[in-house]
Amino acid sequence: MVLVGRQGNRRLVVAADRAALEAGLRVGMPATKAQALVQGLVVMNAEPDADAEALERLALWALRRYAPMVAVDPPDGLVMDTMGADHLHGGEQMMLTDMVERLSQVGFSARAAMADSWGAAHAVARYVNRTVSLVTVNATCEAILPLPIAALRLPDAIVGGLRVLGFDRVGELLKQPRAPLTLRFGPELCRRLDQAAGRLSEPIEPVRPAEMVEVKRAFGEPIGAAETIARCVGKLVQALSIELETKGLGARRLDLLLYRVDNRIEAIRVGTALPVRDVKRLTRLLCDKIETVDPGFGIELIRLSAPLAEPLTPRQTISSLIEQRDTDISDLIDILGNRVGEEMLYRFTPVASDVPERSFRRVAPASAETGDAWPDHWPRPARLFAVPELIEAIALLPDHPPASFTWRGIRRRVKRADGPERVFGEWWKRDAELAAVRDYFQVEDEAGERFWIYRAGDGEDAGAGSHRWFLHGIFG
Amino acid sequence: MSASAPNAAISDLRTRIARLEGGNVRERTVLPFGIAPIDSHLPGGGLALGALHEVAGGGNGAIDGAAASLFAAGIAARTQGKVLWCVTRQDLFAPAIAQIGLHPDRVIYVEAGDDKSLLACFEEGLRHVGLGAVVAEVARLSMTASRRLQLASEGSGAMGIAIRRWRRQTEAADFGQPTASVTRWRVSVLPSRPLPVPGVGRARWQLELIRSRGGETLDIEVEACDAKGRLALPSKLVDRPSQKEIGRRLAATG
Repeated sequence: MVLVGRQGNRRLVVAADRAALEAGLRVGMPATKAQALVQGLVVMNAEPDADAEALERLALWALRRYAPMVAVDPPDGLVMDTMGADHLHGGEQMMLTDMVERLSQVGFSARAAMADSWGAAHAVARYVNRTVSLVTVNATCEAILPLPIAALRLPDAIVGGLRVLGFDRVGELLKQPRAPLTLRFGPELCRRLDQAAGRLSEPIEPVRPAEMVEVKRAFGEPIGAAETIARCVGKLVQALSIELETKGLGARRLDLLLYRVDNRIEAIRVGTALPVRDVKRLTRLLCDKIETVDPGFGIELIRLSAPLAEPLTPRQTISSLIEQRDTDISDLIDILGNRVGEEMLYRFTPVASDVPERSFRRVAPASAETGDAWPDHWPRPARLFAVPELIEAIALLPDHPPASFTWRGIRRRVKRADGPERVFGEWWKRDAELAAVRDYFQVEDEAGERFWIYRAGDGEDAGAGSHRWFLHGIFG
Repeated sequence: MSASAPNAAISDLRTRIARLEGGNVRERTVLPFGIAPIDSHLPGGGLALGALHEVAGGGNGAIDGAAASLFAAGIAARTQGKVLWCVTRQDLFAPAIAQIGLHPDRVIYVEAGDDKSLLACFEEGLRHVGLGAVVAEVARLSMTASRRLQLASEGSGAMGIAIRRWRRQTEAADFGQPTASVTRWRVSVLPSRPLPVPGVGRARWQLELIRSRGGETLDIEVEACDAKGRLALPSKLVDRPSQKEIGRRLAATG
């Protein structure tokens, strides 16, 4: 399948899918030629306007979900400044992976890259053959050296001209003296080179949805002290909460954009577990993060917005006559969540599985309380190893506990033991576990230390497991 | 302490000292263990709420911290309200914590990246009013850090329990360093209660109260937490040759 667009009077192929590329079609060839080459070719008209609109929608989605500053990078990209926002997604790497996964779920094949500059991220995302690439701080120059010149966002004429001169890679170009290049190709080439290397700043003009709740405050004299910023943030939050109240909303995400006098934007993003409109709480969350921004020569404009807001209606509190409710701790959850990351804050909830390492699941701390707990027919160890450790054990087959075992080089004689507790593999979920069996024993050594050990296999049938012994947990 | 000397000067001095110590606006409340020998050694007759307590494991328990975490969970289970549990590496097995009466809906875990942010989370939790207990697994605890934690818990009334857990046995000597905590416990595993049949009985611990501000130290053998988080004293009965007595009684009646 190919998409065909008009360029002047000619109809050209502007995009081709994998099958078409394998059949020898190329982007840029005339539509008639493509149709002559491949029989039964599906030709559709390209719709650049609709594409741009879809990209805009995608940018708004990314704004709500990922970063306070998102802009479209036409024709096929998004650019985000994720500074001050990646902590909500468990770090930069996890954030990029999450982005690519979410996009692939809705049918987009996406590639994500993170770098110090817009230019470098743009180039790496398109010309490094990986879905997720992370360029470490200060390694931007090395990362773009081996990339082709087309990665530099230059007009086709300049790329063609450079190719005529024998330049293929960005690295070769960076080594050349600047003056002759500028003389020949104009200032555009060196500007793009500097932008990619991060020597020249390139501000992002963030998208702003029309319905977003937003307040701003401009300063006659630039401000820089943390206390001054905190005071202004307090006033802005107050104004924002009035706006939110008139709409009946509570904020789930707050973006604080600080426009510096040198035309850079510093950003703070905080998230909450439940919609919030409380001035004190929101101010506290934002002020916790003020130390992460660099005011430079001063800040001339502060903009506070709530890109993600949910309905929040007043609730009746229970009167003191009835039993007192559990105190609300969602503010603590927000404070800690913004400090260590939302994924790092969780509760455990039971999963109906007999396999110990699958018997629990992490849920968000603010999720509904189910009241479920694990069945307690058998004692469970206080500590469970993520990977069971192999031990040497001497035991009578098929169903006796070991008489002694060696763990981490120390031999322990078993004084008392309980078991076996047989755990079958979950064959209804995993084919490989059709015959797998584990026999768990609680054993106690002479000193009174209690361990949870198991034998892979039922002691008779070799198909049930390797019959080796593992230590899985420690009882207190 | 005795009523025999109703000295006005001493009681006046006491109130002045209490005022100097500061922060004691809140009425000191305690959480009793329900075991007379332990409670009598603690000032106020129980473990003080709104204070920092330290627990470490003895022997290999200094590294795995299994018994210490169960001891802490048993205390937390008997408090009211949610429990915040701060760790740097998560290897707690939640069903075991649920088995001693701390329901999974009540525990919120925080996985902090390093010791520094762990202490920050610990302190933040202790400052928050409304939590029952805040538990944190820390390796190093300096005097300054523990003082901050102690002040934070005095302000909010939440009980802070620091489970001291180290990576290596050699680092466990750190437990001798002074901190501002109110009590300091060491929990070591002992052979479990003997059963008349093959099997492992209820676990037993050697409980050492190494330090207690305004109280005495203690060394006692207890049975581990039950389904409600309560400790128990081992009964001497099981060691007695009861079979013989029953047999004699049967012979007498028969």
